[in-house]
Amino acid sequence: MELTGAEITIRCLQEEGAEYVFGYPGGAVLHIYDALFTQNQVKHILVRHEQAAVHAADGYARSTDKVGVALVTSGPGVTNAVTGIATAYMDSIPMVIISGQVPTYAIGEDAFQEVDTVGITRPCVKHNFLVKDVKEIASTIKKAFYLAKSGRPGPVLVDIPKDISNQKTEFSYPSSVSIRSYHPAQHSDLEQVKCAVQLLLAAKRPMIYAGGGVILADASKQLTELVRLLGFPCTNTLMGLGGYPATDKQFVGMLGMHGTYEANMGMQYCDVLLAVGARFDDRVVGNVKHFNQEKRKIIHIDIDPSSISKRVKVDLPIVGDVAHVLDDLLAELHGTKEKPDQQAIAPWWAQIKEWRGKNSLVYKNSDEIIKPQFVIEKLYEVTQGDAFITSDVGQHQMWAAQYYKFDKPRRWINSGGLGTMGFGLPAAMGVQLAHPDSHVACVTGEGSIQMCIQELSTCKQFQLPLKIIMLNNRYLGMVRQWQQFFHGNRYAESYMDALPDFVKLAEAYGHVGMRIEKPSDVEPALKEAFGRKQQLVFMDFITDQTENVFPMVQGGKGLSEVILAEDL
Amino acid sequence: MRHIISLLMENEAGALSRVSGLFSARGYNIESLTVAPTEDATLSRMTIVTSGSDEVIEQIYKQLNKLIEVVAVMDLSEGEHLERELMLVKVRAEGAVREEMKRMTDIFRGCIIDVSDKTYTIQLTGTGHKLESFLQAIDRSLILETVRTGASGIGRGDRILKL
Repeated sequence: MELTGAEITIRCLQEEGAEYVFGYPGGAVLHIYDALFTQNQVKHILVRHEQAAVHAADGYARSTDKVGVALVTSGPGVTNAVTGIATAYMDSIPMVIISGQVPTYAIGEDAFQEVDTVGITRPCVKHNFLVKDVKEIASTIKKAFYLAKSGRPGPVLVDIPKDISNQKTEFSYPSSVSIRSYHPAQHSDLEQVKCAVQLLLAAKRPMIYAGGGVILADASKQLTELVRLLGFPCTNTLMGLGGYPATDKQFVGMLGMHGTYEANMGMQYCDVLLAVGARFDDRVVGNVKHFNQEKRKIIHIDIDPSSISKRVKVDLPIVGDVAHVLDDLLAELHGTKEKPDQQAIAPWWAQIKEWRGKNSLVYKNSDEIIKPQFVIEKLYEVTQGDAFITSDVGQHQMWAAQYYKFDKPRRWINSGGLGTMGFGLPAAMGVQLAHPDSHVACVTGEGSIQMCIQELSTCKQFQLPLKIIMLNNRYLGMVRQWQQFFHGNRYAESYMDALPDFVKLAEAYGHVGMRIEKPSDVEPALKEAFGRKQQLVFMDFITDQTENVFPMVQGGKGLSEVILAEDL
Repeated sequence: MRHIISLLMENEAGALSRVSGLFSARGYNIESLTVAPTEDATLSRMTIVTSGSDEVIEQIYKQLNKLIEVVAVMDLSEGEHLERELMLVKVRAEGAVREEMKRMTDIFRGCIIDVSDKTYTIQLTGTGHKLESFLQAIDRSLILETVRTGASGIGRGDRILKL
């Protein structure tokens, strides 16, 4: 039987096992929406802005091991989606975005709601396609899912002109896909693995630095086994949190600009560094020249060859899927006669203990005013460390990363690479849909939440019982912090004047709103909120306006040039 | 350092913009870029002349390989290779100059492919260096127009870039 391009599109999503499509209708996708309407297998989540559709698909993908799917119309539908696509691209999130396009005969005529979608999205997708023949829809969508998920994952966009989605052809979904120009690395070079084991066993001051690649490859089990077998200290990047259990004694905390003192000093002064699925970005190693002043051997495991020696030259690259490479490393370690020598690294652990003694995450609590860090600590306690936490971008994001101890992967959902304010709420919707029985909290600020606050309406429609933990300091806190440190206390436009009454706002959207102003109310309020299992609770925590995020390695500085709270 | 990179890519609409977009987005230099289909109509062959430190060239090579539609990449300058460029020069050719211009063309093994009563159009092939030498050898005030293709490159002997 012949199907229309629109029907084929939906059948493809069904074949791929897509549970949810996050989207927003419009002229160019009307045929596709019509095809959605006549089936029940793929559920559509109607957002209130296309950016949120992509973030929600993103949150869904990050919290599962599946590909997120978004559906948007041409023109403004696509341009609104671009921030979401770029967010997913920077963090290598597997996603397929289907966009409508004006009919093929109108392309290039500046038609209503026409943009060059393939051109606009090209720099922020893993790949994109414009489908010009209805016969190619099925094979293109098959390729899109394959590309999104394999190798280094990423968003893939399929642009379908309106006339193509209305033409008919026979449907058959390809069972396999092969792209002659695309062969992502799988297994590691075993010689390299052998060399890595020798380097690791000879280390006196070892360090393991693991990033988002561990989460994406579902390799946290292997990483944990390796770290414990070796007895080495382990640090996670912002994207890697949960890749190694944060409550473990070998965990030295997050590293980087707002990392712990021990993690950053350990990075700087180790003699053998094992980097796993991480990319030495500017927020992690700071000033490369300063980092290179100390001599160390670096082993770098990554699926993307272009991540290797991009910013920091490495001695031993191992290109491959992180999970496979770690399996090989473990097999080699188990097979070799030599065992890790805990005596040899004892002085190094003593040094790390001394650095830990700085207690770099300490903050001065108060009975009068709510400290933002205190809210996160209580959130951790009340949810017993087992919630899915999404965040927006800014101080609250760093505090969530520092004080919520993630023991499991895929629990910490944030925009690390692009740093997209407005990410947290829509991402949390995707997470909640993927995990309907779990606690999902969005840690946000009064700046970020307003960038996608319209999604409170989506949450009402689909009864998503999120808990919004808003740390309200009436400032764009991270901007203010930088202005305080580097711009002579001139707080240019970082003050959030004329804030809405968030309690009433939450109520207006049909949710529960709470304002919490006293430290003693924090815990009871959180308990009450998480007790409301069927309701979205919007918690407006009025926090200390002057609190800053410490430790801090300034942009352009080295990891050992860190500012601690006690220094100021 | 100057590098000449050859690549094979799918002969599809938009493939060129993925390559040129990569160079502009990451701030890499392009001295010249040429592209045309190969004997296999599904493939295009591109020659890019660029420059940069060893680290930058390594990144260019990896980033090009990462593009989904790129089938194969080779840094020709890593080994023995040939490069040729074609130039068309329209010159004023009147009176005594007419004979002189013909002689210079012969010396550089070019040919005159269009003649009018006042002009010659000269076709020259060779390395970029040779083409520049020609332009320096003739009276610059006589040059009306120059068109250059940019370099095309190929490995010597057994160095072959093929699917």
